[in-house]
Amino acid sequence: MMSFALLQAAAAGATRTSSGLEILPPPPSGGVWFLATIVKMLITFTIYMVGVMLVIWAERRICAFIQDRRGPNRVGPHGLLQSVADGVKNIMKEETYPGQAYLPLFVLAPAMSFTTALLVWAVIPYGAPWESRWGTIDMALAPLPVGFLYILAIASLGVYGIVLAGWSSNNKYALLGGLRSSAQMISYEISMGMAIIPVLILAGNVSLSRIVSQQAGRGLHWNVLTCTIAWFIFFVSAFAETNRVPFDLPEAESELIAGYHAEYSAMKFSMFFIAEYANVMTSCALMSTLFLGGWDIPFTVWDNVAPHTFLKTLVTFAFFWAKILFFVFVFIWVRWTLPRFRYDQLMALGWKIMLPTALAYVVFIAAMTLGLDAAGIHPASWQYAVIMLAANIIIAVLLFTFLDKGRLVSPAYSRLDKRNLEKLRQLDARRARLAPAHSEGGAD
Amino acid sequence: MAINVKVLDRPIPQTSYVRATISGMALTLKHLLDRDKVTIQYPEQKLGVSPRWRGTHRMLTTEDGKAKCVACGLCPTVCPSNCIKLVPGEDENGNRYPLLFEIDEFRCIFCGYCQEVCPEEAIHVGRHYENSEYSREGFVYDLERLMSQTHPVCEMWDPADPKGE
Repeated sequence: MMSFALLQAAAAGATRTSSGLEILPPPPSGGVWFLATIVKMLITFTIYMVGVMLVIWAERRICAFIQDRRGPNRVGPHGLLQSVADGVKNIMKEETYPGQAYLPLFVLAPAMSFTTALLVWAVIPYGAPWESRWGTIDMALAPLPVGFLYILAIASLGVYGIVLAGWSSNNKYALLGGLRSSAQMISYEISMGMAIIPVLILAGNVSLSRIVSQQAGRGLHWNVLTCTIAWFIFFVSAFAETNRVPFDLPEAESELIAGYHAEYSAMKFSMFFIAEYANVMTSCALMSTLFLGGWDIPFTVWDNVAPHTFLKTLVTFAFFWAKILFFVFVFIWVRWTLPRFRYDQLMALGWKIMLPTALAYVVFIAAMTLGLDAAGIHPASWQYAVIMLAANIIIAVLLFTFLDKGRLVSPAYSRLDKRNLEKLRQLDARRARLAPAHSEGGAD
Repeated sequence: MAINVKVLDRPIPQTSYVRATISGMALTLKHLLDRDKVTIQYPEQKLGVSPRWRGTHRMLTTEDGKAKCVACGLCPTVCPSNCIKLVPGEDENGNRYPLLFEIDEFRCIFCGYCQEVCPEEAIHVGRHYENSEYSREGFVYDLERLMSQTHPVCEMWDPADPKGE
């Protein structure tokens, strides 16, 4: 009962800040609050699971279209029930356990990788708060005041599922996949965290509902416009975090068979499969919340002003999902376009490009905020947004021109800078001088 | 220390990742929106087979519904896989007819010699490929089964007309 009261207090705290300028009535008390939370849980879980199913279907259909095929179109209308059929098949299949696997972790790993993706949804606000007869009902399961820190903590747990799967399988390919995944996710988590700091600077808060309400309005204050580079870095890191092409090294088929889930079959494999798409949806939801104004409807302030009716909640909910689905589509589109990075390219991109850019951008945004504050421009005014947008366009053009000079993907197929090239040639010449007969035997 | 790396100094357009990504995305989007798909939706939509396709057999019949076969015994003789079983019979007019004519489609290698050798143009290999039965015995086709097949028959290659004109 104690924790119950605490949760209620937390919810109340978030509601006060979530509305931004205006103060909404407090959340309902006792039974209604409990009932509302259960209903929200059921709705979130149902929509999420059905969403994952449909995203898997969408992935298969879109990839087929991109390859001039038709994709699954037999089970149900347009093949919509294909995932159901696959799920039933996977449940019916025999569960196999490798003889040398460490069973407790082997069984736990798929559940872990799936659960973490689901947990993040607890704090994401997916609609405008509803001012009901019983009090304001926040459209997030647990509107934590530390929402964003919670997300960082949970997202870091996601790597455990994959690493433990790789380790407990007792299979060298699986272990390699798990190791790669941990290296990759840790590297990109840093730039991801750094990319969000500009957003936090602008919002002045880590609560997700506050971040959403800071972006509310006509869409001019969306962080994708005010922190474009941060969005770009977050976007790229999201691909790495979800182990999607072009960063799908943990399961690189050509090198690692199936990577960390090489030993998994039936429903346990299916859990990894679901987890991948669950992670995609979670990343897209985060991206929408942090950078595209969450449930905010662009070009109108209808959704941001009182009265907060249930209709507004539903419409904003639809808009939130439209944003998620758009990003899901981009994820799929990128997957079927780009080839996989090499391991060193992945690391170079993460550490040499993403991280310094993110750091520099944090400084840039902090300086901009301070400067605009000193100039007396109010953060909610349109001038603020326009100045930020203009600065961002300039930075983006400069950054992409720089990256385009063959600096994004390194060695072997790219330009080497002149000094290193000279060094390599000198080395080669010296070796040829020292051992003239030997130089022919080198791998060319 | 046997590293002998050949380093190529490539022009920027070849090493740019950004431009290549954008043009690649444009290409995939074009294909995504392209209504023209290459998939053949098999059971409803079928690709035709060659006129010289050799599939499961068919026995042609005369106008009065009898098999054209005169039980001469050439096809079981020529059959390299020995899959044709023929027991000849003779009616009161002295006409020969097959008492028993069975082809084991599992043994058959679909060479088409039976069709080539047949003097009456009775047995044919067919332009047909969808075969399924619930038992292995179902693939031993008897005379009745062979006569009831309706699919088109193979046009054998004619050395005098190699292009089939």
